[in-house]
Amino acid sequence: MFKYLENQLPKLVMAPTAIAMFVCMYGFIAWTVGLSFTKSRMMPQWDFVGLMQYEKLFANPRWMVALDNLWIFTFLFIVISLFIGLMLAIFLDRNVRAEGALRTIYLYPMAISFVVTGTAWKWILNPGLGIEKLVRDLGFTDFEFRWLVDQDMAIYTIVIAAVWQSSGFVMAMFLAGLRGIDDNLIKAAQIDGASTTRTYWHIILPMMKPVFFGAIVVLSHIAIKSFDLVQALTGGGPGYASDLPANFMYTFAFNRAQMGVGAASAVIMLCGVLAILVPYLYSELRSDKQ
Amino acid sequence: MSSMNLRLGRTLIYTLLIGFALIYLAPLYVMLVTSLKDIEEIRSGNLIALPEHINFSAWVKAWNSACTGSECEGLAPYFWNSVRIVIPAVLISTIIGACNGYVLAQWQFKGSNMLFGALLFGCFIPFQVILLPMAKLLAWLGLANTVVGLVGVHVVYGITFTTLFFRNYYVAIPNELVRAARLDGAGFFAIFWRIFLPMSTPIFVVTVIWQFTQIWNDFLFGVVYSGPGTQPITVALNNLVNTSVGGKEYNVDMAAAIIAALPTLLVYLVAGKYFVRGLTAGAVKG
Repeated sequence: MFKYLENQLPKLVMAPTAIAMFVCMYGFIAWTVGLSFTKSRMMPQWDFVGLMQYEKLFANPRWMVALDNLWIFTFLFIVISLFIGLMLAIFLDRNVRAEGALRTIYLYPMAISFVVTGTAWKWILNPGLGIEKLVRDLGFTDFEFRWLVDQDMAIYTIVIAAVWQSSGFVMAMFLAGLRGIDDNLIKAAQIDGASTTRTYWHIILPMMKPVFFGAIVVLSHIAIKSFDLVQALTGGGPGYASDLPANFMYTFAFNRAQMGVGAASAVIMLCGVLAILVPYLYSELRSDKQ
Repeated sequence: MSSMNLRLGRTLIYTLLIGFALIYLAPLYVMLVTSLKDIEEIRSGNLIALPEHINFSAWVKAWNSACTGSECEGLAPYFWNSVRIVIPAVLISTIIGACNGYVLAQWQFKGSNMLFGALLFGCFIPFQVILLPMAKLLAWLGLANTVVGLVGVHVVYGITFTTLFFRNYYVAIPNELVRAARLDGAGFFAIFWRIFLPMSTPIFVVTVIWQFTQIWNDFLFGVVYSGPGTQPITVALNNLVNTSVGGKEYNVDMAAAIIAALPTLLVYLVAGKYFVRGLTAGAVKG
């Protein structure tokens, strides 16, 4: 009897986690998916109405703005973060002095919450007292910078703050990748007469492919989940011009008592994450086997 | 390559690196100088000007009398709310993660790998997809708007990462160690306690720092699952900034933002190496 219990211990230890996981992850996901097919508003109710909530969702201009914003934000956020991160990593890798201090500076925003980042940039971009005033004080009295209150530009302020926060992390990923490259390879290329630029472009960058891949997955994942930054920086405004899907979901599910629509938008977000994740995991598993 | 060219190249590299360092530091600098000015000086001066007289009144106000919505008690009560949420949540999720990781790496049973895979998936799901049912569950348990409820939520969704960290750390340790210890009559917990825990300090540090940063900085769970008396500091900061009773006090906003950022910034400065290690280990989680 005692021996039997002893043998079951590993399973017993895992049991609470397994139960919590099946209830709070898979069970809840199923619950949300189910709810998205009902006409729930204030309270969950379980009359099946097919795709009605999804039709309502995609007929909602606010959701379409949030989706458009997501594409703009994700694309710019990824491209700019990759560019800055890669550039900083390459330069840091050239035996510079005070490398440790520089790395610490590039990465510290990662330790700060998005709410703090949003608050800080909200002040820096403040129309009237922020950057606008700074440049005007320098003598450019006609200078205007009001992206924060401009319907068409507000989403770009979120890009700026998000890049500031996350590009240091991309730098760290690339730097780790660059440090993993065999020095002899670079020396050999240079003995063959390749210039530094050519060595990087033709030999080193192609070897960084997995890092690019990993960084893109991480960044797009951050982008889809972005919520706090928008909430703190623009509050989704002006109007709902800088809403992202996560903010839409929060507003409809918790402030507007539109549970069905909120659930449907959450399901679409989950599908978005899966669309990135499944190919990535698939390729990872395949390369593991090789 | 001529030495002239080389020197030009070095200058360019340093200019760029230092230029970017200044850009990264700028927001922190702006926050700091703004928090030390009075409101008159903020209106007449500009973002980057140093304060004429250093003035800590904005800090005092942000800490104990600024309004966050209808309450005007500053950030202090919410700071302590965050502390009361973070400490148990970090400890519990780390300990459970260590036990789970130990089982998944060293005591595999039929289906344990699948369990790990299923758990891993939890690192990726957008939390929006669990927000509504979790709210129902908390209400049903009578834990809506409580610190205990928030701790529970952070533990449940933190376990995926802590388990991942410990599992990947312990999987590198050869299984022969466990087998030999069992032959000597040591049991499941004895092996964990006497062999595995003593060599786990680095991964404990990484995990604790990771969880601390995640939970302290959390806003989503805080804003959805907390009530008026239990809000964490991130939610209070957001309320403070968006409360406009009278004129906007940018100096108080900035002091409040720094206060909210201070704990995680300190951890980063003291243990940056471990922070980065957690970041890259948890990388593909986001």
